This record gives sequence, C-alpha cells and structure tokens, in this order.
Amino acid sequence: MSLEVFLTALKAAIPAGTPLLLGTLGEIYAERSGVLNLGVEGMMIMGAVTSFGMTLSTGNPWLGLAMAALVGGLMALIHAFLSITLRANQVVSGLALTMFGLGMSGMLGKKYIGTPLPCRLRATPIPLLKDIPFLGPILFQHDALVYLSLALVPILWFVLFKTKVGISIRSVGEAPATADAMGVNVFLVRYLCVLFGGVLAGLGGAYLSIVYAPAWIEGMTAGAGWIVIALTIFAMWSPTRALLGAYLFGGVKVLQYRLQPLGISPNLLNMLPFIFTIIVLLAGTREVIRERIGAPSALGVPYAREEK
Amino acid sequence: MRLKVEKRLTTPRWVSVATPTLSLALALLIIALVFWGYGVDPLVAYKRIFSGAFGSLYGLSETTVKAIPLLICGIGLAIAFKALVWNIGAEGQLLIGAIAATWVALYALPHAPALVLLPCMFAAGFIGGAIWGLIPAVLKAKFRANEVITSLMMVYIASELVNYLVYGPWKGAEEWGFPYSAKFPPTAQLPRLGNTRIHYPTLLIALVLAVLAYILLMKTKLGYEIRVTGSNPEAARYAGMSYFKTILLVMLISGGLAGLAGVGEVAGIHHRLRYPQGISPGYGFTAIIVAWLGRLNPLAIVLTSLLFGGLLVGGDALQVALGLPMATTNIFNGVILFFVLGGELLTRYKIAVKWTGSKGGER
Repeated sequence: MSLEVFLTALKAAIPAGTPLLLGTLGEIYAERSGVLNLGVEGMMIMGAVTSFGMTLSTGNPWLGLAMAALVGGLMALIHAFLSITLRANQVVSGLALTMFGLGMSGMLGKKYIGTPLPCRLRATPIPLLKDIPFLGPILFQHDALVYLSLALVPILWFVLFKTKVGISIRSVGEAPATADAMGVNVFLVRYLCVLFGGVLAGLGGAYLSIVYAPAWIEGMTAGAGWIVIALTIFAMWSPTRALLGAYLFGGVKVLQYRLQPLGISPNLLNMLPFIFTIIVLLAGTREVIRERIGAPSALGVPYAREEK
Repeated sequence: MRLKVEKRLTTPRWVSVATPTLSLALALLIIALVFWGYGVDPLVAYKRIFSGAFGSLYGLSETTVKAIPLLICGIGLAIAFKALVWNIGAEGQLLIGAIAATWVALYALPHAPALVLLPCMFAAGFIGGAIWGLIPAVLKAKFRANEVITSLMMVYIASELVNYLVYGPWKGAEEWGFPYSAKFPPTAQLPRLGNTRIHYPTLLIALVLAVLAYILLMKTKLGYEIRVTGSNPEAARYAGMSYFKTILLVMLISGGLAGLAGVGEVAGIHHRLRYPQGISPGYGFTAIIVAWLGRLNPLAIVLTSLLFGGLLVGGDALQVALGLPMATTNIFNGVILFFVLGGELLTRYKIAVKWTGSKGGER
C-alpha cells in the first residue's frame, strides 16, 4: 500500500470513529461514577433524528447539535432516575432506553426518510495547523465536532485523574459509602455523570445524521451504541485509550468500504465491525484483568444510604 | 407528613400481582400521550390494537402465532436471567435455529419422511441456537467478557449470515428477485390448525417447555443452583457449585430454546429461509420484556407472551390503519419496561407515610 493511500485511509478513519469517540467518552464518565448505561444506542439514535429535524427546519446545524445534546441528556435522565433514584436493575433499564429510543426515533423520523439535508456541518481546516506535514491533513482538515471530540480527550482525562471533581467521580464509582461519608453527594455526582454521558451520546448520534452521512435512515446507528459499550471496556475507562479504540474502529469501517470492490460479499463484510467488537472486548478484558485495573467496583450497583 | 421508603421483608401476594398490572396501565397511559403528541387519537389507536389483536377469531389466532416464538424465547431467557446471565442475543440464536432447520430441510435430509425430517429440524435448530448461545457463555466463563455485548454482537453476525445465505449460496432458483431460499418440501412443513397460521406442534412444544422449565427452576436441585448463582454468586461458589458449569448450562438452554423458536417460524410459517426481519420482527428482543414482565416465572410467561403477541398484531394493524412506522412497537417495549422496572421498587420496598407533623412538637 502506498503511503498516500494509507494517509487518506487514516484521514477517513477519524470521522468514521468520531461518533464512537464521543459516545465512549460519555459512557466512561457514567461508568466511572458507577452507573452502567446500556442505553447508548437509544440516546445516539434520538440525537441523530432530533438533530436532523432541527437542522432541516432551522437551516442551522449548530442548533441541530444543541438539540441532540439536549435530547441525549433528557434520555439519560430517564435512566438516571430509574437506576439511581429507584435503584432499578441497570442492565434492563439501559435496554429499555435503547428500545424506547429506537421506537421513538422511528416515529419521529418517518417524515424525514428520503429528505436530503441542504446544510450540513462543513469541514473547517484550521489555519497553520493544517499545513503541518502528514499530521496536518490527517488531523486538522475536519469539522468542528471532530476538533471538539479531540479536545475533550485530554480535558476529560485531566478532570478525571488530576482534579478534585475527578476524585469525587471515581470515589463514587469505587466506594460510594466511603465517598458519602467524606461528604460527596453520591446521587448528584452520579446524576451529572449519566447526564453528561447522554449529552455526548446525543452529539455522537448527531454526527452521524448531520455530518458523516447527512440523511435520516431508520436505525442508522446500526449498533454503534453497543460498540461504544465494548470500547469503554477496551479503553479501561480512560479517555486517552478511548481515542485509540474509536479510531481503530473508524479504520475497520474504512476497510469495510475499501474491500467491497474486491468482490467479497457485502453481508460478510458487514460482520467485520461486530466480530472486531468481540475481539476488542476480549483484548480489553484481558488487559483489565492482567493489570488488575478492574471495572469501577460499584459499577452497576445502586447505592442506598444506610437507614439510620 | 413524611414519606419513608422501607425495605420489605416479605412481599404480599397481592402486591406482586397488582404492581405489574398497575405498571402496565401507567405505561399504556404514557404511550397514549406519545400517540397524542404525534397527532394520533390514542383512543382510536388502542381500539385498533385491541380489536386487531383480540377482537376477532383471526386476530386471536395471529396473536397466538406471534406468542409462540415469544414464549419459547422467553422461557429460555427467564432461565438465563435467573442465574443473572444476561443473554441479550435470543434474536440471533433464533435466526441460527432457522438456518440450521433450513439446512436440514433443503440440503441434509430433503427426502426424509416428515416424521423423521421435522424432529431432525428441531434438533438441528436447538443445536444451532445452543452453539450460538455457548459462544458468549464460553467467552464469559473463560475470559470474563461481558455477555451483554458478545451475545448482542452475535445477533448482528447471525443476521448478516442469514442475509449472506439468502442473497448468495442458498438463494432459491424460483424466488425471482426476493432474498428467499428455495421452498421447503411439504414434509418439512409443520401442520397448522384449520385455516389459521397456528403451527400447533410448536405451540405444544412451547407449553410443555413452560411446565418443564417451571419444574426445573422451582423443584430441582439444578434449578436451585441456578437461582442461588443469580441471587448470591459468592454463596453458590462457597457451596461448591460450579459457576462455569451454570453459565454454560443456562446459555445452552436459552440459546437452544431460541433456536427452536426459529425452527417453528421457518417450518411453521414461512416454509423457507427469508431475510432476517422477514423471519423475526425482533421476537428475541421482545422476549426479554416478556420474561421480565412475567417475573421470570415460566408459567406467568405464557400470559405475558400472549399479551405481547397481541401488541405485535395490534401494532401491525396500527401501521396499516394509521401509517405509523414499524418501530412503534419498540416504544411499547421500552415504556412498558420502564414502568415494570420502576414498579419493582414497590415490591421490594414499601412506602410508609409517617404523620410526624402534629406529634413533632411534643418530643
């Protein structure tokens, strides 16, 4: 493979991986606080449909993004209420959120099927940076949401590991009773983290429908939300590793398109990302066990204050 | 006055029956609001659903037809969920069952008499579904890989496998442009009840399985081990129960049962392999709710599967009459599940009203 082909593939992998990166960064925060949210697929698709509708009716993709963030957050609050306040089973609650999102988006989006989007979010190359050899064309000739997600990686890493807020989040996910005794508001921290996860998942979904492939197709997330859940484990709950995982998946998606003209059945190629998800999950789980990092100890366990 | 949430030590029987009923009613109320917001008169919509599903002999028979795969998958899922093994992949296991049955009917034993062929198809379907379920089980037991994700990924893979077969090597010669396999020989088609589409051998299998699963879970040592593994894995390990064995076993059973459901669909309804959504409109996913709403009790699941079979039939009627998209049934699934989950709080905790207002000053 020539260098140029490799570079264009690399450049294409970034937008393909961006919705996954956004979703994974959000899920990392939710899970770090101890709440497993399997509703990512539902939040993403609701973000996709509402941002498409908003962009179509206002002609402003930024309003579309804001709408997706809002709706993603609202969806996440349903899960937060059920799993944090009512202490319901988080696996089932997340599944319910996904089903609800798939259903609602199908209903809301019915009138958008086949409608082209006249005003998508366009690429805005960054002056100066875009001229750096190799790195410039790969990293700095994308749209604003790619830059936002890239910027979020170090910011979220810093907040999680180097600030007091990060300590609160991690302590709530590891030992909520102790955190509570230290004066951390366990419920508030968990609510905010789940909410943040929903906002990012909504933006990830919006990226699909108003940037990456500007159109509304029913069920267009096609499992991206579930790949996010696997990537969160692969990332070992760290924002920096999420970047690696998400772009790796972007690469697989690019590969899938590149292999199509070679005469391999598209159905078999469609299996690639899902087989790869299982492999990535195994690799992640293995490393988590070997390095004894482990999932947040209280992940999936509702917290109840001891009755006095 | 102050509300206090207290843990229940025992759950009165009326509470455990009233709660799911009340949850269901509230869910239907919220869905009515969704319909109303969409510009559809909720009363008209519900009337359509009810009359479509239960209002005629035809509706009732179709409700039964759709309840069959829900029941079989739901029983299997209940067994897995009891052990807290989250098999989310029944949909894929069902599809693999359908593939296995098709292979037997068209390629392995096409000339066998019905009495040999049909049991072989069911056996192959069970094995196929069980293998598809065992893959996530082994990955969980050996490598601790989260089974929610792996079993779900196996759904997507199974679905693409069906597509590959019906668009590629198994495409029927006389099916024109449709993504269908060739038609099954008459010996590979299950008998039906009168003019309906009720393939009664599968229905009988489903009902027998419900009773057997109830006995397995409630009356046998194995069932006890499954329940203990689910409620207290530490204690189970301490008592010498093999976690590994239990995971494999429940996934084998629930995968195998979903496979049987797939056999029923192709041998009883379609008489061929079709594109995945043509075989199952998400039975494997709806069965998760069917199992949960039936509180993982196989006998209660008989009722909940009929209820959701009715919702699917009614949902179809709604699509035709009011032009709502196929995905609308997913709204039902999601909202009902929300309320059932929320309602469970009432069975585990009681909300006591304490009148502290007047006595407050005396202390």
